Amino acid sequence: MAELNTGGDGGKGKKVRSKKMNPGVDLTAMVDLAFLLITFFMLTTTLSKPQSMNLAMPDKNKEEPTDTQAVANDRTMTILLGKDDSVLWYFGEFAAPIIEPTESAYGKEGIRQVILQRKAAVEAAYKGQLDDNGNQKGLIVIIKASDKTHYKNLIDILDEMAITNISIYAIGDITKPEVELLKEKGMD
Amino acid sequence: MAKVKVSKKSTRIDMTAMCDVAFLLLSFFIMTATAKQPEPHPVDTPASTVQTKLPEENLATITVGDDKAFFTMMSPEVRRGALERISQEYNVTFTDEEYQAFANLQGFGVPLNQLKGLLAMEPSERMEEGLQGGIPFDSVNNQLGSWVKAAREAHKAVLEERMSKGEEGVVFKDLDIAIKGDAEEDYPVIKRVIDILQEQKKNKFFLVTGLRDENF
Repeated sequence: MAELNTGGDGGKGKKVRSKKMNPGVDLTAMVDLAFLLITFFMLTTTLSKPQSMNLAMPDKNKEEPTDTQAVANDRTMTILLGKDDSVLWYFGEFAAPIIEPTESAYGKEGIRQVILQRKAAVEAAYKGQLDDNGNQKGLIVIIKASDKTHYKNLIDILDEMAITNISIYAIGDITKPEVELLKEKGMD
Repeated sequence: MAKVKVSKKSTRIDMTAMCDVAFLLLSFFIMTATAKQPEPHPVDTPASTVQTKLPEENLATITVGDDKAFFTMMSPEVRRGALERISQEYNVTFTDEEYQAFANLQGFGVPLNQLKGLLAMEPSERMEEGLQGGIPFDSVNNQLGSWVKAAREAHKAVLEERMSKGEEGVVFKDLDIAIKGDAEEDYPVIKRVIDILQEQKKNKFFLVTGLRDENF
């Protein structure tokens, strides 16, 4: 059989020793690469889906404007949002409010306390009375934002509705007298 | 005095375990990754405590920031269908390549007369800041309303087609609309967008928010 001559015939009968190799491979470069890729994927991944808020607006039925529901004055609280994060609220009708318009502020010490108080008061007054859907009659909140407010203000107040568990609330259009009231108070 | 002999230790560490962990993490991130889509106009959403998750499918998002509106449709079929309906409504014809480009374009914010120009561009060029000037949504030229309507109709058509093919588990559901507004956006602008949706009797929608603690 043909033999492969590897040269170096000086061995002459000596066994060709295979070189002893170090079995450990240098992993530094591999680890570097792996961590680089991890960083890349961590930064480009959107792990959490964005949060969102459900909003149902009252239907704007132009053909049948008579299809509206009358609400009791002593259950309705109106929150007016003014410029520079100002809040004004009143209870009852605008023309003859049960509680006069009062200034408040956003946050847990401000409007949240007011809403909770009103809610408790209404629920006490209507104790045991159920509405058409068989739920306890509670506070109704109407939110009216003036043109100088920011979107953030609207979200803040909707968030208060969620925190205080107000089941009936609506976003309404602000009326002229209300804008004038805000102007008078320097809030519009 | 006896000399303290410092034993010579090898500076090499065994990196096998580290390598294992690194690759395990790497495979995890690759599997769970859904690449973040570049947005034509990044906005800073206001925070809320409500933790409802935004649906992943059947969704169209209206992004509002700096008085500009952008429209994003999640599914490519809906995008194609919506463009077909818009091309009919506004009498603009698009080529097959343009349909293809639009189906791959998740969100956009240009008036219809600039759409062809946008579609002709490379995807990387489209997201340049200030390039997309927003979809008009004033009462005279309400293109945003047309897009929303077209998207809803296209979504309905897609669902009907799937139903007629006998696919199981298809339930008819209207296209969900989410509004992603900038926290500092003026209220009348948002109100206008809400009004556009209400004109189409779309009274329920999502507001995209960030997350915060109850004690603010």
